[in-house]
Amino acid sequence: MRRKATTLTCLCALAFVLGAPLVAAAQEDASEKEIERYRAMINDPMANPGYLAVDRGEELWSAKRGTKNVSLETCDLGVGPGKIEGAFVQMPRYFKDADQVMDLEQRLLWCMETIQGLDTKPLKARPFSGPGRGSDMEDLVAFIANKSNGMKINVVLDDPKEKEAYAIGEALFFRRSSINDFSCQTCHAEPGKRIRLQGLPQLDKPGKDAQATMSSWPTYRVSQSALRTMQHRLWDCYRQMRMPAPDYGSEAVTALALFLNKQANGAELNVPSIKR
Amino acid sequence: MKHAFIAAAALVVPSLAFAQQIPAAPQATVDRVVKESFTKLPEGWAARLAQDETMQVCSQTRNQPSAAQADAIVARETKTVVFPADGVLLGDWKEGAKVAQNGRGGQFSDPPGTVSGGNCYACHQMDLKEVSYGTLGPSLTNYGADRKYAAEDAKAAYAKVYNAQAAFACSSMPRFGHNGVLTEKQIKDVVAYLFDPNSPVNTPAK
Ligand code: HEC
Ligand code: HEC
Repeated sequence: MRRKATTLTCLCALAFVLGAPLVAAAQEDASEKEIERYRAMINDPMANPGYLAVDRGEELWSAKRGTKNVSLETCDLGVGPGKIEGAFVQMPRYFKDADQVMDLEQRLLWCMETIQGLDTKPLKARPFSGPGRGSDMEDLVAFIANKSNGMKINVVLDDPKEKEAYAIGEALFFRRSSINDFSCQTCHAEPGKRIRLQGLPQLDKPGKDAQATMSSWPTYRVSQSALRTMQHRLWDCYRQMRMPAPDYGSEAVTALALFLNKQANGAELNVPSIKR
Repeated sequence: MKHAFIAAAALVVPSLAFAQQIPAAPQATVDRVVKESFTKLPEGWAARLAQDETMQVCSQTRNQPSAAQADAIVARETKTVVFPADGVLLGDWKEGAKVAQNGRGGQFSDPPGTVSGGNCYACHQMDLKEVSYGTLGPSLTNYGADRKYAAEDAKAAYAKVYNAQAAFACSSMPRFGHNGVLTEKQIKDVVAYLFDPNSPVNTPAK
């Protein structure tokens, strides 16, 4: 589809004569170009504001906080206490100490509570940044995920609880509900579709779309001037589904993230990316 | 295409999750997870977590119901369609254009009292001059003209918008009237947008 659009813009002058479809193609091509420009910025830490979140996250990771006044540096993200490299590409995963499958955000909350003695209620109540208000969670995820750059997404499903979470995520992907009867399948189960002019990645099965998507989150959203995590993306998709907001760090969102990451196995992580 | 769809569907009843022979999650488990994961409900929103029988069948079959399931859905959903008491199906196409454009309403970010739109352009091409249209549904350009503005086709379109699954089981299209997203007047207006000869949907782009 993208190739077609490019060919059509070369006939730009003709577009005015021939009417709307070509204008549409040209417009799409313009936005594609804009997105390409953003993509070029991914590899340039100086130009991608997402790296400011990475820096803030690094400071937070080693800051002594909570009633126990210790840092997060002994937190086990699944690859050993305090080890960050390669942790993110294997999450969500089962954690024996919590007897639960957790994504990075749930795991961080767990470490804050158990290691630091930090009250996480305010974080859970307002997990995402807004105008004039930062988010510790977004910063920490940016920092930790970035430390898996160049590594491949590798979700294994060894543990029975991981298998169960996968099955739940899969069922949720196809679960239709609310006043528009939407499920994730409505928008993300065919190649090359769009809603208005926004391209919709196909995420119901393993493939290029799932890989390109899951290897590019967390991302800096230009339209929101904020670093966003998968928790936020799925929150936003549930908003479009006319569902209530899912709880931050809920089982549903983790199960979906596990399902999606499984479809993306083998993709090389490159984050924070930058998107529209 | 619909027939091929239904025939193929009869064979595909997913009981195993794709990847590694992982058993599908039981409905009760999934419902529990939904209930426990969406706990901050605006007033009156609890019903949005639940599924009616049609949603359940469509979810379990991934929108590919067996022929028998499809027949049952179409029969059930057809019964829900309420045609206007005054028998008039076509409203004001100019108002209909607004309904088709408007994608607001029903989201937790919407202020209370927001009027819902039909958001038809999210999925359908309609007026050729509108370049920002989605492709999840077929193009509806020239819809009324192509059908010679026939009254029975306008009636079918009214029913389609009222309850998309009265015509096509497990359609991706919302059941706008049945779910109370659009009012009778809004549906009339959007049908006029499709069937009024003066509507730009039926006017070739210059
Ligand atoms: C009504 C349409 C709709 C539904 C339903 C929907 N999404 Fe989305 N989704 C979108 C749109 C639109 C985008 C953003 C595309 C963009 O910004 O370019 C998106 C983006 C995404 C992305 C990020 C894609 C990327 O490349 O960055 C993921 C992951 C995703 N959706 C997953 C889901 C899941 C899981 C569900 C179900 C819980 C879901 N979506 C339901 C419309 C939808
Ligand atoms: C989320 C996507 C979506 C939205 C929103 C949507 N539709 Fe559809 N529509 C579809 C799909 C997919 C089909 C084809 C399958 C079917 O017939 O149900 C369809 C089919 C139709 C048809 C039948 C076309 C035919 O084959 O004759 C009509 C008429 C129609 N839509 C009108 C509308 C109107 C009017 C609105 C807005 C009030 C609307 N749709 C909103 C997805 C959508």
